[in-house]
Amino acid sequence: MRWGVLQFPGSCDERDALHACSLLGEARLVWHEERDLEGIDAVVVPGGFSYGDYLRAGAIARFSPAMEAVAEHAAAGGPVLGICNGFQVLCEAGLLPGALLLNEDLRFHCRQLDLLPERGPTDRLTPSEVGQSISQSLSIPAKHGEGRFWAPDEVLDGLEARGQVAYRYAPGQNPNGSARDIAGVRNERGNVVGLMPHPEHAIDPLTGSTDGLRVFEAVAAAGVPA
Amino acid sequence: MARARVLIRPKEGILDPQGKAVERALPALGFEGIGHVRVGRMVELEAEDPERLGELCEKLLANPLIEDYEIERL
Repeated sequence: MRWGVLQFPGSCDERDALHACSLLGEARLVWHEERDLEGIDAVVVPGGFSYGDYLRAGAIARFSPAMEAVAEHAAAGGPVLGICNGFQVLCEAGLLPGALLLNEDLRFHCRQLDLLPERGPTDRLTPSEVGQSISQSLSIPAKHGEGRFWAPDEVLDGLEARGQVAYRYAPGQNPNGSARDIAGVRNERGNVVGLMPHPEHAIDPLTGSTDGLRVFEAVAAAGVPA
Repeated sequence: MARARVLIRPKEGILDPQGKAVERALPALGFEGIGHVRVGRMVELEAEDPERLGELCEKLLANPLIEDYEIERL
């Protein structure tokens, strides 16, 4: 699998994401002015503060040439993972439903927490893997000031009914007031996933958890094979 | 060039923690009896084609899912 990690002015987690991807295949950075994703199988839109987060987080990054290419890649069924600011960019671009608002308590939260993955419509897992993936929570850090996932109630009902909730915060660990403890969502097709916590910071035993790799693996598996 | 001012605010029903924080700070400063504070943004601009300002708001200045906007021609 060949991974491309977007890099905007103001991105700050692209190097960790690149390292995570390189453990699973080939990986390279894609500068925001690049319009061509030729040879890339899966895209990561990383965390940080793209374009200074001016106006609204992710609002300006969505107009970059690289994001036009990502929209085409997603429309063709290619896997896309948005992390933190990348999740905000994907929501602003309309590739994922909902919006991310200021944390309910107006504080920037940085902490290790437990995420509960939920199955999507296209997850290709064996029955034993399904049992594992549902029972096991992932220990992954979150660090953000604008991570309160919000959508109208009828949209949330639809997301739950269609298996579009990808990750929830474990009970009592919702750091930002997100609706229904939602930490991450996927599109209807299942190939575009966004989440606020940072799986790329949980890939090495040195930092306490390697659960983050499972987030990357799940996204790679959810894409339509080229 | 036409001058315009765009007011953007969180939609009714969406929790606005900035507004709440301002509201909570007011009594300590001696301002009683002020409620329903909502914090938004204002964008001033000059446009060659003011007819397109609505589209501009929908696409960039506001996120219509979570924000309302008003365009005021000056």
